Amino acid sequence: MKLQQLSLFLENRPGRLGAPLEAIAAEGINLMTLSLADTAQFGILRLIVREWERAKQVLEHAGWVVNLTEVVAVDVPDRPGGLAEVLRVLESAGLNIEYMYAFSLRRGDKAILIFRFEDPDPAIDVLKTAGLHVVDAEELFSHFP
Amino acid sequence: MQTELWNDAAGGFHPVSAPDFLPEARLQEVQLRRLRAVVGRAYAHVPLFRQRMDDLGLTPDAIGSLADIAKLPFTVKTDLRDTYPFGLFASPMGDVVRLHASSGTTGKPIVVAYTREDVDVWAEVMARTFAACGLHRGDILQNAFGYGLFTGGLGAHYGAEALGATVIPVSGGNTERQIMVLKDFGVSALCCTPSYFVHLIERAREVGVDLRELPLRVGVFGAEPWSDAMRAHIEAEAGVKAYDIYGLSEIIGPGVASECAAQEGLHVFEDHFYPEIIDPETCRPLPDGTEGELVLTTLSKKAMPMIRYRTRDITRIISEPCACGRSLRRIRRIGRRSDDMIIIRGVNVFPSQIEAALLEVEGTLPHYQIILTRERGLDQIAVEVEVTAEVFSDKIRALEAVRARLAQAIEHICGIRVDLRLVEPRTIARSEGKARRVIDQRNI
Ligand SMILES: [Zn+2]
Repeated sequence: MKLQQLSLFLENRPGRLGAPLEAIAAEGINLMTLSLADTAQFGILRLIVREWERAKQVLEHAGWVVNLTEVVAVDVPDRPGGLAEVLRVLESAGLNIEYMYAFSLRRGDKAILIFRFEDPDPAIDVLKTAGLHVVDAEELFSHFP
Repeated sequence: MQTELWNDAAGGFHPVSAPDFLPEARLQEVQLRRLRAVVGRAYAHVPLFRQRMDDLGLTPDAIGSLADIAKLPFTVKTDLRDTYPFGLFASPMGDVVRLHASSGTTGKPIVVAYTREDVDVWAEVMARTFAACGLHRGDILQNAFGYGLFTGGLGAHYGAEALGATVIPVSGGNTERQIMVLKDFGVSALCCTPSYFVHLIERAREVGVDLRELPLRVGVFGAEPWSDAMRAHIEAEAGVKAYDIYGLSEIIGPGVASECAAQEGLHVFEDHFYPEIIDPETCRPLPDGTEGELVLTTLSKKAMPMIRYRTRDITRIISEPCACGRSLRRIRRIGRRSDDMIIIRGVNVFPSQIEAALLEVEGTLPHYQIILTRERGLDQIAVEVEVTAEVFSDKIRALEAVRARLAQAIEHICGIRVDLRLVEPRTIARSEGKARRVIDQRNI
């Protein structure tokens, strides 16, 4: 039920974001989504890629330090307050969210939330018990050419 | 001589190291005889030295005991620049068989000369160096010191041959080829600068070569200061015993001092190079055991004798007996040079202190660089540290915490707040020789 997320370190200066993306594009690896978290001095680029093993290898070979983390994808209920509902479930279970980001799938109007928990397994149980739809890699990438 | 003493702690039989075990009185006898001869030679053939002696009202006869060396004038690096290229030679060119030169970071290099005898003494002290590091006939040495004007390559080469080891003269650089040779030639020992070896370990790992699985047993490192923590890193990552050796071109090149199996200080080959420690401010001699600037006198050099040469290296003399049995006094490993010191906003900072702080936090030494700038008349110090897999995290908070810990450790050790910047891996230039740790953009 977990997804592999690649993270890499970037200095916060112009043009740094392009290089890793070009490196994986040059290998014909498709990117599902990315998120950039930054401070004044540096940034962390997080990538969800189907062929994460190959992408990791390509990036490391090109000299980046790549971190592999398990994250959880949740399909946001398609109704008013759907996002708030997911967060409420996690909060009431006392689960700490390290960070999260959202993206929508290209086909259809599905919104997906990516969560980074310190410990993903209990979080997945909580989400499922609350009737929420945790999306696994196979399903997620089936929406993606 | 007592031959059993020739067996050093590494277990090898090394007749070449016999002079390392001379009884103290015998050693001092040799030193005094040679000191008198070299002072006489310099006085007779080097006008600058003669002038200085005359100014002090001294003649070579002033040397009646070893302690009298303190009467003699010092020689400093600028003397070599001022007399560039051949002004300090004490031999006619017809007797000089080799010239080397150091790459000056600014302006002219310094030039050093060797007679046939000097080259032989150099081979002898380097053979004794390798013997002290546990090498012997049958060892295969990959010599990755640069061959050329730099003294490292040829100095190590002749010494290893004199010992009877097999030398592979790879010279510096071309890391891929170094790794291939290491793997394919059954190399048992390697010599280079410690920073280059760290780079080599890193590169080997990237191409899937684990140095610990190779026959490589000994690493002999010199030409730049390195820390004990860096040694621990090298020994763990490469599966070698890592020895520190010391030397400088002005004196002979590598071969002035070497660690032994005990790895507790470097034995000075003091039958050829007489060590003193002085207070760098007052220039007064300090007793053994007290830290100060190392001053060396070449006792047997013919082509270019150096009398009381100020090395700028900070250390102390260890006169207690060593576990290996060598009677030669030791110097503590050199962690800093008096001219490495950075003075920033009135605080003295040594790159080695910054290195110690980084090691303390990360456990291993990351690539780093110190950048000095001046903004509106105020000196600024920035330390750029490459992010390593060990500290990298996908969480901003965790990385900010690493940055804060690094800055705090530096402030704690050096007493100065620095602008600590995490930078991308491989963005700090790698040296194939000596590491360039400080970039001074202050234009003082
Ligand atoms: Zn010893």
